[in-house]
Amino acid sequence: MYTYDKYDHQMLEERVAQFRDQTRRFLDGKLTEQQFLPLRLQNGLYVQRLAPMLRIAVPYGLISSKQMRKLASITRDYDKGYAHLSTRQNVQINWPKLEQVPDILAELAEVSMHAIQTSGNCIRNTTTDQFAGVSPNEIEDSRPWCEIIRQWSTFHPEFAYLPRKFKIAVCGTEVDQAATQVHDIGLYIKKNDQGELGFQVLVGGGLGRTPLIGQVICEFLPWRHLLTYLDAIMRVYNMEGRRDNIFKARIKILVKALGIDTYREKVEALWQHTRDGEGTLTEEEVARCKAYFTPPAYADLPDEDEAVDTALQQDLLFQHWVQRNVAKHKQPGYRIVTLSLKETGVAPGDLTDRQMEFVADLADRYSFSEMRITHEQNLTLADVRLKDLYEVYKACKTENLATANLGLLNDIISCPGGDYCSLANAKSIPIAESIQRRFDDFDRLTEIGDISLNISGCMNACGHHHVGNIGILGVDKKGEEFYQVSLGGDQGREAKLAKVLGPSFAQVEIPDVVEKIVSVYLEQRQKDEKFIDTYQRLGIEPFKERVYAKAD
Amino acid sequence: MPKLIKDAQFVENDWQLVSAEAEPDEVLSLKASHLLVPFTLWQDHKAELAKLDAEIGVWFASEQNPAELLTEEEIGQLPVIALDFPLFKDGRAFTYAALLREQKSYSGDIRAVGEVLRDQLSYMLSCGFSSFQVADDVDEETYLNGFHDFSENYQATVIKPTPLFRRRQV
Ligand code: SF4
Repeated sequence: MYTYDKYDHQMLEERVAQFRDQTRRFLDGKLTEQQFLPLRLQNGLYVQRLAPMLRIAVPYGLISSKQMRKLASITRDYDKGYAHLSTRQNVQINWPKLEQVPDILAELAEVSMHAIQTSGNCIRNTTTDQFAGVSPNEIEDSRPWCEIIRQWSTFHPEFAYLPRKFKIAVCGTEVDQAATQVHDIGLYIKKNDQGELGFQVLVGGGLGRTPLIGQVICEFLPWRHLLTYLDAIMRVYNMEGRRDNIFKARIKILVKALGIDTYREKVEALWQHTRDGEGTLTEEEVARCKAYFTPPAYADLPDEDEAVDTALQQDLLFQHWVQRNVAKHKQPGYRIVTLSLKETGVAPGDLTDRQMEFVADLADRYSFSEMRITHEQNLTLADVRLKDLYEVYKACKTENLATANLGLLNDIISCPGGDYCSLANAKSIPIAESIQRRFDDFDRLTEIGDISLNISGCMNACGHHHVGNIGILGVDKKGEEFYQVSLGGDQGREAKLAKVLGPSFAQVEIPDVVEKIVSVYLEQRQKDEKFIDTYQRLGIEPFKERVYAKAD
Repeated sequence: MPKLIKDAQFVENDWQLVSAEAEPDEVLSLKASHLLVPFTLWQDHKAELAKLDAEIGVWFASEQNPAELLTEEEIGQLPVIALDFPLFKDGRAFTYAALLREQKSYSGDIRAVGEVLRDQLSYMLSCGFSSFQVADDVDEETYLNGFHDFSENYQATVIKPTPLFRRRQV
């Protein structure tokens, strides 16, 4: 993974010192609440329902075992011994004290971590597919490009006071697990007919109050021009994005208002001044960044293993786990393992300090000391030897990290919701739990098969409910918590936004509602249709009828 | 009188900033040596303003992009172009300043006026601002330190057009 050099270290240390000084000035009453607000936000610090919340950046989800151990000790020393993995592949801790945040940041800096631009109206953490670099069907490893974007976006002096937050995703794998199309900017790495590398650039996607799929602003952007072109997109947005209404301030609203063609013209007009200028990427820089992401020292191994086969036959639960949580690797004899953080009864995406230390040890022993946080709030070990699978599984079992449910109905994406978040209309964690309790049998879950269920506690859509096959949104109905259900969302290369099913439900009704939705699918599916396929064939009506049918 | 920072130090501020609501007659009878007038007023009364015994600069509201509103000739004549921050979080002028420097090669003084916070100074400087009008009660030392928060930056910027990746010594 990328290793900080003297420049990166120096800037990070200066940032820590800067925030220490800002916090001191705020506590001394020299900065008003208002003035301190963007400063603390750009250092990841929110003031939440119960306490401040600190969001720590994990650039494109990649984290080393050393960093994970540091997080474990931080949650223990400054927090309540657990952390939450977010849909932006970041880590959140919920109980830090404001006065201690500068110390936390100093500790993070020791392992090249920080909370820079994890919040506020600036360019946020760039995300990518968790299988980058190890997927068998990869166009190009996205990680070096994410790193290039990380550096370009970090402390970008022009774009620290944008109309609203700004999110970029990069995808170089064939299957898109990064929800690229619902980002302010989505970048698909591609090759043109001459075999040259570049990007298809999408702009104006996003969730929240006005969910939209990004539109293509540039069909093929040669890699050299990546940063100057991004600058031009940002400039148009910074100058023309709406600042009068927070709900209309995202770039998607501007793109929609202007139309993609006009937006493109404006970008091109600005870009012609910087195109081929000094901001143009060089081969040396790309090579420098790529050198950090060369394949680890893989052993020459056969792609089958007798002992594992035997274990698969003898241990049914192991078989389930391999079936769901283990994916093919580009290197023979290796597998991609994803640990589910969706055990029933635990808030989706939560890890205890002990579990963090455990996974760090696991990564050291079995996966070249690295892990990846996924957009679905799970944790991937990207380079596990096939012959180690059973050991890894057994070890995970002892720490409750061997739940075999990846991609199943109980692998729920959920925002922290009303239990933590001051913006929430309703709780989301208990809803997730009630659904997980209803659907807890592996056979039944695999019978239902691949399906995504995403929950957000409010319109801000941190739980990405619009792109869940089943989406659940917390709404406020005369002061009471209700839930609106939507169907048909999808997050991959064919991203779709879900449609609202109808009037919202009380919390207790939700498991029944999900049950009815699933039953329509099970009755009507043809051959090996997934839930989303059946939904697309049938449309929303049969689901609606079943769910809202009056009891006789 | 608001304070003025230029070349990383506090200097005498002899510029009088004319409010957007000021009546033209009133402005034309002012006895100041240096006047910063709102863009629309300047546009409508250019000739009369030129007759005053004062240096004239123009300030732009945050929805006015000077790189688009001024002709090449006008840009060349203005000693000061001031960009207003009605609220510190309105960041449009960061881009306006950069465009004035990069596209229009403006070499005069670009001044940040309005709500200009200490913690924005280094970014403003990077984007091409060269002077800063700040409240009269600010602590001078605290503000001046604002220029030294960072010794490096990654991007191609107005003051360092060569991005770090072209300068980096591995
Ligand atoms: S979706 Fe709403 S409730 Fe959930 S974390 Fe985001 S802002 Fe909070």
